[in-house]
Amino acid sequence: MLELKNVRKSFGGLIAVNDVSFDLGDVGISGLIGPNGSGKTTLFHLISGFYKLDSGTISLKGEPISGLPPHAISQLGLSRTFQQTRVLPFLSTLDNLISAAPNQLGENLLPLFFMAKKVRQEEALNREKAMEILEQLKLSDLATLPAGDLSYGQQKLLELGRVLMADPALIILDEPTAGINPSLIRSLVTTLKQLRDKGIKIFLVEHNMPLVAELCEKIYVMDSGALIFSGSPEEVQGNKRVIEAYLGRDNNAA
Amino acid sequence: MDYLYHILVLAMIFSIFAMSLNLELGFAGLYNFGHIAFFAIGAYTSALLSLNGVPIPLAVVAALVVAGVIGAILARFTLGLTGDYFGIATLVFAEMVQLLLLNERDITRGPMGLPGIPRPAWIGSGPESLVWFLLVAGMGTAIVFLLLQRLANAPFGRALKVVREDEFVAQALGKDTTRLKTKAMVVGSVLAGFAGVLWAHYITYISPADFTLNETIFVLLCVVVGGKGTNLGPLLGGFAIVFFGEFVRFIPIPSEFSRFVAPLQGMIYGGLLIVMMLKRPQGLISESRR
Repeated sequence: MLELKNVRKSFGGLIAVNDVSFDLGDVGISGLIGPNGSGKTTLFHLISGFYKLDSGTISLKGEPISGLPPHAISQLGLSRTFQQTRVLPFLSTLDNLISAAPNQLGENLLPLFFMAKKVRQEEALNREKAMEILEQLKLSDLATLPAGDLSYGQQKLLELGRVLMADPALIILDEPTAGINPSLIRSLVTTLKQLRDKGIKIFLVEHNMPLVAELCEKIYVMDSGALIFSGSPEEVQGNKRVIEAYLGRDNNAA
Repeated sequence: MDYLYHILVLAMIFSIFAMSLNLELGFAGLYNFGHIAFFAIGAYTSALLSLNGVPIPLAVVAALVVAGVIGAILARFTLGLTGDYFGIATLVFAEMVQLLLLNERDITRGPMGLPGIPRPAWIGSGPESLVWFLLVAGMGTAIVFLLLQRLANAPFGRALKVVREDEFVAQALGKDTTRLKTKAMVVGSVLAGFAGVLWAHYITYISPADFTLNETIFVLLCVVVGGKGTNLGPLLGGFAIVFFGEFVRFIPIPSEFSRFVAPLQGMIYGGLLIVMMLKRPQGLISESRR
């Protein structure tokens, strides 16, 4: 699905991502963990095209995507959320979703005038789909409200809904549960599992370890820009290097 | 009555101009401070061609095309810039156009301007022509308004707003932000050119002094006062500001102070802009937060 080969990125003297290689394969939900500053978000920015690689390649479904602009990568079936929620505050909740539908004919000028009927049909379909997703995320009552008026947790859900509008092959989520309350976390987990069962692959960065252990079949661990371990949740919990990365080495511990 | 007609025509021309700027500023979030350049390009292209014997309808079409093409070229070179830098680049572009008009004397006659710009024969040139011109301007305003409404209420308008609100999100959602912004600038430039065309053939005399930073601020005022992000806002804003400006003329000012009147008008406009931004930043017509 998503394959990284020798991916490297530095900012000045700081090597943020150092020679990372892995292949997500056919795993439903994969997790990426690591201490703060270990390069997780940078790696996500590289995958989604917001940062340019220094070297290495990234491919999606066997096609190279490194070097493509973010919108092109998105159109190839990779959708992402951001660590800090980024809804469109002045657009309604519903419009936030509808605008996330990919490749809309009505976003071009000429079809607006010469294929008006087709544009209307497409818009009606997108609206229907958006309403379904709002229903699924239990946000239907808020459809007409500006998205900026939603609570932080609701905005996180809306971001996830936006990703769903695109029918992606792979979703990458940067800390989907950060700052949202336990009951919303449960509904998020349910949604993620439903998506997995539909065959959508998910790759997430998360600090909530019990959640990672519950959701992810395979976990990748980064420290100081390098991939130090990957394996099942049980393997990761028992691995000495992972524990060191989080807690420090014995001889350094005060 | 003729005076009222005259003011109405001016208001309509500035409404069109304001609506065209609003597509860039209000919808796409592009703070174009050089929009007057396209007004000037439209006016000069149509004026020069028709003065040289090209039929007026053809000259008008050519003016719109030239404005659009130059808009695309400007977009190509400025859309890589973000925020303030885009604003500065467009401001400089407008200055460049004005300097060009001033100095290419062989073509533009420089500061002397272009007098005697022809009007279509059926409009005529006497006082009775005013009604006809009012009709033409009214139809032009209606067409531009309806066209922009069509764009604004379509996925295109929504996509522009997505770009305005958060460019990163727009890209993550698969929107080619540069292409969307380029389209907004090209359409905006063509419509500004149209306003310029109307101006040139209505006033029948243009000179580089008509297209300065002052006019840019004037049209910005129309957009901000009217309400950016809606089409009705700048339409009404154009009328409000033009009528307000004419109203200021009638303030009884003792003749010994009359030399202060023109600067006073500018000060009032500037003051109004500041007050609006502080007290009602959304403008008279607020963008509906559906």
